[in-house]
Amino acid sequence: MKVVVFGGTKGMGRAVARQLFEAGNDVVLLGRNQEELDRSAADLSARRDGGKVATFLCDLEQVEGFDAALDAADGALGNFDTVVVTAGLFATQDKLEADPVFAHRVLLANFTNTVMFCENVRKRLLSRGGGTLCVFSSVAGDRGRKPVVIYGATKAGLTHYLDSLDYKFRAAGLKTICVKPGFVKTAMTAGLKPPPFAGEPEGVARIVVRAIKKGTPQVYAPPMWRLIMMVIGMLPRFVMRRIGF
Amino acid sequence: MAEPSKGLPVEGWGRMVGVGQIVASDDLERDTKGAALSRGLGRSYGDSSLPAVVGDKVVQTPLADRILSFDTVTGLLKVEAGFCLDELNRLFLHRRWFTPVTPGTKFVTVGGMVASDVHGKNHHRNGCFGEHLTWMKLRLANDEIVECSPYANTDLFDATIGGMGLTGHILEVEFRMERISSPWIWMESQQVPNINAFLRGLKEAGPKWPMTMGWIDCVSKGKLMGRGILMMGRWATAAEAPKKSPPAKPKFTLPFDLPSWALNSFTARAFNELYYRKHGSKPKCGVVHPDSFFYPLDAIHHWNRGYGKKGFTQYQCVLPEAAGLSAPREFLELLTGFGLASPLCVIKDCGAQGRGLLSFPMPGTSIAVDLPVRSNTPAAVAELNKFVIAKGGRMYLTKDNFTSAEDFRAMEPRMAAFDQARNKWDPQRKLRSAQSVRMLGDVTP
Repeated sequence: MKVVVFGGTKGMGRAVARQLFEAGNDVVLLGRNQEELDRSAADLSARRDGGKVATFLCDLEQVEGFDAALDAADGALGNFDTVVVTAGLFATQDKLEADPVFAHRVLLANFTNTVMFCENVRKRLLSRGGGTLCVFSSVAGDRGRKPVVIYGATKAGLTHYLDSLDYKFRAAGLKTICVKPGFVKTAMTAGLKPPPFAGEPEGVARIVVRAIKKGTPQVYAPPMWRLIMMVIGMLPRFVMRRIGF
Repeated sequence: MAEPSKGLPVEGWGRMVGVGQIVASDDLERDTKGAALSRGLGRSYGDSSLPAVVGDKVVQTPLADRILSFDTVTGLLKVEAGFCLDELNRLFLHRRWFTPVTPGTKFVTVGGMVASDVHGKNHHRNGCFGEHLTWMKLRLANDEIVECSPYANTDLFDATIGGMGLTGHILEVEFRMERISSPWIWMESQQVPNINAFLRGLKEAGPKWPMTMGWIDCVSKGKLMGRGILMMGRWATAAEAPKKSPPAKPKFTLPFDLPSWALNSFTARAFNELYYRKHGSKPKCGVVHPDSFFYPLDAIHHWNRGYGKKGFTQYQCVLPEAAGLSAPREFLELLTGFGLASPLCVIKDCGAQGRGLLSFPMPGTSIAVDLPVRSNTPAAVAELNKFVIAKGGRMYLTKDNFTSAEDFRAMEPRMAAFDQARNKWDPQRKLRSAQSVRMLGDVTP
């Protein structure tokens, strides 16, 4: 495969990029910090003999840069066939309530801009007969909950979009994969107390790589979170008003 | 979400808990600012990696796990400090590269390997991990970032090797990997009837084998005292080794704490007996998986839960050659007298002292024994320390949880040099751990 990973320098994206590269695929990393990209590219290159790694700047908060970054990725790989998007912004609900400027940025980046990026990728992949678009949404988008009012709303919108893409374009060859991580121990969640069933980035990446291989439209990682979210989905409103999660 | 001011708990491998401002970091250069300590995977047994006070910021490094460069000609590998040895083995063994020194577990970070200046079965040949370092990047207590190596800031370099993270936060490390003939180990092993035979066996095997060590029975007394299994190994040649790379080993996780009484003198005795008998009286030889040779205990995740909630400590000391061959025997006599059950105990002959100012090994015999924490454990450690001090030996900071500041000073004439280095690089002693407060005289507000 020829893979583009947007957000592959950190956390789950880093783990996915590593596993895909180690499995023999060429990888382009997109991110907003060149020094970070260089360090991650060096990391990938050292993981096996041979293989191609390239990096290009791309900032999820700057829609106007998407096209050039994807052009560059296409040039480096000779037309990519798989795109993984893990980029996104995060803050706790307390912080987002206190800081409307940052809340606005989260809403724009995680929903509007991510969709715009996916639209660009969609057109490219469909024009060459198909491919895989694997995007990290979140279990936070499954049901409205107190700790993820704003962040969860962006992910709910994203999940909705990805579902519809799958319905509409699967037949044309576009495999859309919506990944819903539960609590995963990364720098993003550092400082939060891990709940039971918290996952590790490597474990999540294994599930994601398998989903890419099989074309699974929706995966929870760790898988236990499918069950957890099912139960949460069935709780009546008066319970959701009382509980803290 | 936990209130930041309340802190989060972290554990040492012996199950001791410390609470501090714990920051899991994938950007050590950013997050070590103002921090009191860095910790890796928390495999040091005692309180070396625990915060001194709840207000201390402690940076957890395992998310900072990138390889920064690898030179396939010279074998020089540069990594972020949180890079894990398990990952190194997974990526490089099948390409016929290996770390020049490995401790007995692969669940350690490279930063931790430096801070503890780890040694392994090849210590008599290769020395400690610190001997193979070529470069480090540190964040100092004054928040400056500096580089050090055998050629630049050498005093800082030497103080950091085995310096338990007290000279600066280790951010990046470069060291020279070793070329190996195959990713498999050729091992020979034999039963040894007692401690004297063991010391003789290790001495004879040293010049012939790059790797040697032994499991000894630390429960039996009298004639059987110090019996065990002597193991010798080298990398298998390409002709001896199987064609395929060593497969990943299945892992078993001990899912919960065993009750503390599960380990008692009866079960420990039974285990030692079984372990000794299982080998059989005939010498064995053959090709083995590197994991079973280097990391037998890693096969059981969280094996430390086997000691129960009360936890355990490890007593590891080295008795110098000058103390004579009778010293290890006397040590075992003292140890078995306490009746503290220990399933397994490790013996190894050490080579030359390393360049690290507080590096543990010195020429002599190293003995490591797990001790469950019971009411008499601190007293036992004090007794053992008294013996080790009298013999001119010393114990290993990475394993310790109970040694007093006085005893430590008595066995460490090198402390003056270490203090001097800290006076230069961290005069206010901003960098500290629960251990440095307990043992090195650091103070807390």
